[in-house]
Amino acid sequence: MRTIHTDTIIEAVKNLCIEANCSLPNDVYCAIEKSIGTEKSQIGKGILEKIKENADIAKEQNMPICQDTGMAIFFVKIGQDVHIEGEYLYDAINEGVRRGYKEGYMRNSIVRDPLDRVNTGDNTPAVIHTEIVAGDKLEIIFAPKGFGSENMSATCMLKPSQGEAGVIDFVLDTVKKAGANPCPPIFVGVGIGGSMEKAAILSKYALTRDVEYENPNPYYRKMEEFLKDEINKLGIGPQGFGGSNTCLRVFIETFPTHIAGLPVAVNICCHVLRHKKIVI
Amino acid sequence: MNKIITAPLTIDVVKTLKAGDNCLVSGYIYTARDAAHKRMIEALNRGEELPFDIKNQIIYYVGPCPAREGHIIGSCGPTTSGRMDAYTPKLLELGLKGMIGKGERDKSVIEAMIKYGAVYFGAIGGAGALLAKSVEESEIIAYHDLGAEAIRRLKVKDFPVTVIIDCEGNNLYQIGRKSFEIND
Repeated sequence: MRTIHTDTIIEAVKNLCIEANCSLPNDVYCAIEKSIGTEKSQIGKGILEKIKENADIAKEQNMPICQDTGMAIFFVKIGQDVHIEGEYLYDAINEGVRRGYKEGYMRNSIVRDPLDRVNTGDNTPAVIHTEIVAGDKLEIIFAPKGFGSENMSATCMLKPSQGEAGVIDFVLDTVKKAGANPCPPIFVGVGIGGSMEKAAILSKYALTRDVEYENPNPYYRKMEEFLKDEINKLGIGPQGFGGSNTCLRVFIETFPTHIAGLPVAVNICCHVLRHKKIVI
Repeated sequence: MNKIITAPLTIDVVKTLKAGDNCLVSGYIYTARDAAHKRMIEALNRGEELPFDIKNQIIYYVGPCPAREGHIIGSCGPTTSGRMDAYTPKLLELGLKGMIGKGERDKSVIEAMIKYGAVYFGAIGGAGALLAKSVEESEIIAYHDLGAEAIRRLKVKDFPVTVIIDCEGNNLYQIGRKSFEIND
């Protein structure tokens, strides 16, 4: 049994919040850089150059890449041989968010109730997904999510007979409907299988992968490439002004499902694909 | 080639702007997003005046990050405009001449833009750190309690925008997409 004190977790979460929001991951930066070379629209090329410049400014001045510093989403993998000492784990994560968003001069975007809509003033609570895994480590992935793109995401319960074609149609339809709203070029996370909520969580988790991540399943690897090409044929382009780069990468995650169902979830992320992981 | 624009606007300037034009805006603009729009319309419904004279003004749909010490404003890119559609026709009727945001507008907004003469600009979504460099002054003028959603008067210099929908209803989203769509 290994003991981890929540003070360590609070500090780690605080730092994750600031770093993820101010410093674009290198793989995402490279994907944007690469897209400048392939963009056929002149307006689009100009936008991609400004997006790259924005990431440089944010990193240099330690300011958020985007003013929508997001709802704080966490995927926490807790080794079963870890003993957490101190306060309640969820309280510790929320305290880290509170401190990180304040010290990092980030925007507080959370309202306490979806209908009365009063801002909580400290960007808490976070959405925390936990999983118990083997081992004695604690892995925390932080992925702040802006709602320009979150609002354009969707889930659908397809019939098994709709199969692969149904999945492809639903992904393309969702991206088409989203148009300029999610700040293209976008990244698309697709969750297929499980139950309704499992598919949605998979689609979110898919967006925590690195751009270079290679899907271990060759069938889905091919489908990711196909979907990306089809999305780019839509012509939406950078910021929706028309162009050849609408999507920089599709990530698919799957899970076994019920004999009667084919759940699909599409989680769209803007070009600011923020995610950062630490292992304690 | 950028068109140089001064805010507030005039109807004559609005008429010269066409979908697809890149522009640099200098002058004074006002920020407002979801909560501020809701309050403004509620105030009008009660027969009260708006917290600023909206005639010829540009509203920027943004909720900026707090400013670090020594900075004027934090990151301040546009938010999705469509959420303001329900409130916008009334503001256009009262003389609003320009909006800066991102994403599609609904039919009622475009019809009001054509009727009253107004332009819809796009700023780059997700480029808030870059856009903050074009802000020279920032002052909260109403609804302090809304925090990031308060109404601010911004003095901007060469603030980069693109005309998405002009006062004739031409729409860059439709024109641009058609040019690059591949049907095979």
